[in-house]
Amino acid sequence: MKIGEIPQNEIGIMLKSPRGLTLEVGPFKVRVKTRNNYFPPFLQKLYPQFPVLECPSLSDFHVFLDTPVAWRRFIRPQVIFRENGDKLFEPFPANMCGPLFEWGWNWCIGTRAHQYLILHSAVIEKNGIAVIMPAYPGSGKSTLCAALMLSGWRLLSDEFGLIRCDGGIDPIPRPIPLKNQSISVIRDFSTDAVIGPLFPKTRKGTVAHLAPTERSVKQMKKPATAAYIIFPKFHPKTVTALKPVKSSYALMKLATNAFNYEVLGAEGFKRVARLIRQCECYNFSYSKLEEALPLFDSLVS
Amino acid sequence: MNPDRSADLSAEEWDRLLCLTDKSRLTACLGYRLEKRGLMEGLPEAVKTRFQSAQIYSHYRSRLIRWEMNRLQRALRETDYQVIALKGGAYLLLNLPFAESRLAADLDVLVPASDLSMFETLLREKGWEPEKLSEYDQRYYREWMHEIPPMRHRERKIELDVHHALLPLTAKLRVNSDLLFESAIPVEGSRFKVLCPEDMILHAVIHLFYDSDLDTRIRDVLDLDELLRIFYGTDQDSWVRLLERTKQHGLERPLFYALRYCRQLLDTQIPEEIQLDKRPGGFTTFLMDSLVPKSILPDLPEEKNRFNRLARWLLYVRSHYLRMPLKLLIPHLIYKSFRGGNPSH
Repeated sequence: MKIGEIPQNEIGIMLKSPRGLTLEVGPFKVRVKTRNNYFPPFLQKLYPQFPVLECPSLSDFHVFLDTPVAWRRFIRPQVIFRENGDKLFEPFPANMCGPLFEWGWNWCIGTRAHQYLILHSAVIEKNGIAVIMPAYPGSGKSTLCAALMLSGWRLLSDEFGLIRCDGGIDPIPRPIPLKNQSISVIRDFSTDAVIGPLFPKTRKGTVAHLAPTERSVKQMKKPATAAYIIFPKFHPKTVTALKPVKSSYALMKLATNAFNYEVLGAEGFKRVARLIRQCECYNFSYSKLEEALPLFDSLVS
Repeated sequence: MNPDRSADLSAEEWDRLLCLTDKSRLTACLGYRLEKRGLMEGLPEAVKTRFQSAQIYSHYRSRLIRWEMNRLQRALRETDYQVIALKGGAYLLLNLPFAESRLAADLDVLVPASDLSMFETLLREKGWEPEKLSEYDQRYYREWMHEIPPMRHRERKIELDVHHALLPLTAKLRVNSDLLFESAIPVEGSRFKVLCPEDMILHAVIHLFYDSDLDTRIRDVLDLDELLRIFYGTDQDSWVRLLERTKQHGLERPLFYALRYCRQLLDTQIPEEIQLDKRPGGFTTFLMDSLVPKSILPDLPEEKNRFNRLARWLLYVRSHYLRMPLKLLIPHLIYKSFRGGNPSH
């Protein structure tokens, strides 16, 4: 059964039950429990395609979106993120349960899933060819990634390049967080864009999430092989161009980009080196989405 | 739990078990034990992946400890300080098979008391800094416990604890550090020494049954089980050596508890003939029997148990009572209860 097929009030009941609700997203199973009333609509809007698993099952993460202290359910209500009982971050206002879930779960994946080399990158795929886009501030990666996904590309992830020991990439097509102007850019970009509630005044400004496309979710168990590593950089006045970079430069940039490079030690180096050998690496500067997209299409046609 | 049953566990049972091992930082250790018995192959893929990921992280921690020992060795190059590596550092130096899966947290070393202050000065010169502690905590370490606060190098994450004694000076039991240094064993290729097997085991014994509050400390019992198995097994003579050394140090009571709970909780093979002269009384034993299993094993978050909490609190008070005289203990407990949080000392 999928989230979208279950009535919202039943989702609320499942989340409140002792067993919670177990979702399968890519390679991970996450069990979520909460009494927070903002969460069921968030889940249904942004995760409608994802399967709900029979309880009980073996879950990788056990998330409890809890109230910090009892009285915080009523006075300036707050929510905290617990994983396996441990409180992980400072409280958020209760209505920001959705973003807290997303960020909290990101942190859990980045610090636990060491079977992968975890790149801090977007990964998209078309015609069997995957492109890795490492994240840096100001890269515009999420906007670019969102536009590509809405233009026929499959989203593997906006946030995590999960590199397996055989070099393949496992998908984890979760909602894409958009900030400030990106939200309206993507809303105008495509009528197919499903955008969740707006959260103003976060540390990153106004945040909203774009649901992954059905194509992306349907193939969430299908790994991909990368042929390109592209370091995007958005600048309003620049010319759209791909510039090849040296392998040594790309290796250093990719290694420092990974969340758990140090944890994997020598194995981390091997996986990065293999990626660099099998991919063409470029710096990519752009100012307009309408110029960027055809360029990406040309890489995979 | 009998490891041979591992093939029969349901998904739910694995879910609970792995939550508990994650909570007590034992997933890598359990993975190692199952692998040693050849039981890993038959497990579900999802379970194997959890063990694999935990092992990778544990190896990383071991690497950090080895590097810290390497850097410490470098810092000590032109000196002749006698330094004994303790616990995790020692197990790694000796390449004991279970060492890599222990999820080592920090590096503990022992130096002679007379060298302690110059050692601290040297460390500071070479870039180690004491942990930022409140004034109260500084006094706790320096004046009451006669130790230096934990140190951490500017550029690295690992905490370095420098001891001059295995137990605080204020504790009721004492371990003579001179005896430890006399019997310490050099390690080939390293500047550090390690404790002789008897002392290493006794250190693990008092670390758990004298110097700790036993709260979810099942991992320390597992260490003890491994050490006993590696160094003694069923060799009767070795056990006799252990008993003699225990008498020499006056540590019969903690050893009594250690052997008792290793047997009860982990079915450690201990020869029946091992008898200690100085044992705790019947009532004390009964009390410990009711408190220790409740405290030493972890709880699932949604199954928080009032009795276990009480057991843990009582054993916490016990651990402090053993370390500090009452006139220090009571104000310390009051201060700690106001400050809240999880007490680390």
